[in-house]
Order: sequence, then structure tokens, then C-alpha cells
Amino acid sequence: MPSDSVRDSVRASGDRGTGTTSRFAVGQPVRVRRTTPPGHRRTPRYVRGCSGIVERVCGPFRNPEEVAYGFSGEPRRWLYRVRFPMTDVWNDYLGGHRDVIDVEIFEHWLEPAPDQETAP
Amino acid sequence: MTTHDHDHEPHATIVDDGGTSEFALLSRAMQELLAERGHLTAEQIRREIELFDEDFPYRGTRVIARAWHDPAFMDLLLTDGKTACESIPGIDIEAPELIAIANTPSVHNVVVCTLCSCYPRSLLGQPPTWYKSDEYRSRMVREPRSVLREFGTALDDDVEVRVHDSTANLRYLVVPQRPGGTDGWSEEQLSTLISRDALVGVTIPKGPND
Repeated sequence: MPSDSVRDSVRASGDRGTGTTSRFAVGQPVRVRRTTPPGHRRTPRYVRGCSGIVERVCGPFRNPEEVAYGFSGEPRRWLYRVRFPMTDVWNDYLGGHRDVIDVEIFEHWLEPAPDQETAP
Repeated sequence: MTTHDHDHEPHATIVDDGGTSEFALLSRAMQELLAERGHLTAEQIRREIELFDEDFPYRGTRVIARAWHDPAFMDLLLTDGKTACESIPGIDIEAPELIAIANTPSVHNVVVCTLCSCYPRSLLGQPPTWYKSDEYRSRMVREPRSVLREFGTALDDDVEVRVHDSTANLRYLVVPQRPGGTDGWSEEQLSTLISRDALVGVTIPKGPND
């Protein structure tokens, strides 16, 4: 499941212009903050409050929530691909039990997932 | 949007209304003004549209045909999609990164952009109207298997459907599985089996025996 490309580990190290190192690592469980701020937001509503696993550290990018209004979007923020089980996103998901959805989410929208018991 | 248990306020969706919106009119006015001032000619615009429609869509096909034909290129494509694509003369990827996602017997990938209609245009040309539709964008993340069935793609329950919502700067290209019955085929022959829809992930290429 976690990507083991060299590229990911290179991207995850150093601040690459963000002034910070990436907070989350591949394989780490994270939760999307459940909040509905006004304005231009690129975290889809359907995953807010959901927990998933970091599938890759995409790298630092200008914050689109700022760029949309003509600001520079700097300092850059870390972007992640997070993988969510469909059955966790939708209560009544009728598809395959293995189905997942991968979404790109910025670091400021993520927090460590609360500790969960693993199902047997 | 189909029912779900997350709260949200009503919000404007981005729809393709066929060119009568304020923005479409603004775009047309800008185009006419630029032409009037001599910055752009109608011929240049026509040529650009032609490129989008006639050249771009075949670039993705060439990439996949090469990947099927050449294992080393496949490896490069799956590790560094942008570099791989740009190694083919004439291909230029605007996105900061292109991620090629391989279908396998146990995983089927499909791409959507729920926020707007992000799409690897430099490899596939303009996105089709269905890709930009409210319906596709909302249903693909909610009931992917139903939507795939409507495109003629039925998958077993134990195949993992992996939906990719391209919400940021990265672009995605599905690498379908090479169909059987194609041993010894040239790149050009292989490219005849590949369609744009397969590179979005809504269809599966058929081989000569299918």
C-alpha cells in the first residue's frame, strides 16, 4: 500500500521552500478536519471528517485557497494523497468492500487520526 | 448530489452550459478584442483548437502503446510519468506532475475531478462533456461501479475500484492492462486498441479475441 519510491522520500525531507518539513508520512493514518469555512476550498466536502491513510507525499504547492483570490499562495504548503475506504466515506456504499478513493489534500486540512482499534 | 450524511450549505456547481454564460460571453468578447487589436488571429485560434482536437488526444494513446510495448518505458512511466511522457518528441506536460496509474487484475483505476474538470489535456485533448458534467463528477465518487456499468465496464466484487479525485495540481493517466492476443504487435498496432475513455478509466480496451 504505501508507495516506496525514492521520489517520495526525497520530497518528504527538507522544507523545499515551505519553511517546515512535511508533518505526515506515507502510511500514516490521518483525518480530514470537519469544518466548513466559506470561500474557495479544494478539500471536497464528502471527505471532511473522514479518516484515511497517506498514500503519498506529493510535495509543496502554493495554497490554492489563497491563489484563487489573487494572493501569492506562499509559503507553500505540503500536499498529500490520502486514501479512504469507500465504506468509511459513505455509510451505505454498495460497491466492493475493497473500493477506495484517493484525494489530494493540503496539510492544513489534516490532523493525525484518532487512535482506532484495528478490526480482526 | 446524491444523499449522504455530511452537512453542507448549498453551493454553486460548475456546469458546462453550452457557452451562454457570462464567462463564455466575456471570453468571446476578449477573443474579438485581441483579434481586432492584432494580437491574435482567427487562424491561430483555429489552429490551437485543431491541435487540441486532432493531436493532443493521440498523445496519450502513444504513451500507453509504448508502455505496453516496452517494459523499461512502462517502469519509467509508472515511476515518473511526466519525464516518461516528455521523452516522446512533441509531448509537453503542463502539470507539475503526471501520475500514471496502472490497472491490474486486482485494481481498476478511474479518474474524476469533483471540483471542476481537471484533466490531462496535453495528453488527451479537451475533456468530453460527460466528464465535465455534474452527474459524472458527483456520481463517480459516490457510486463508481454503477457509473462504470453505464459505460459498459463491469467489475467483480473482489476487484478494488480505486477512484482518483484530482483536486490539486497533479494529473492522472490510467494505464489499462494490455489485452491478450496481442503478442508480437507493434506500437502502432497496439495504439489501435486504446481509446481516450480507457485512459480516464471508464472503459477497458478490448483485444482481438474479446
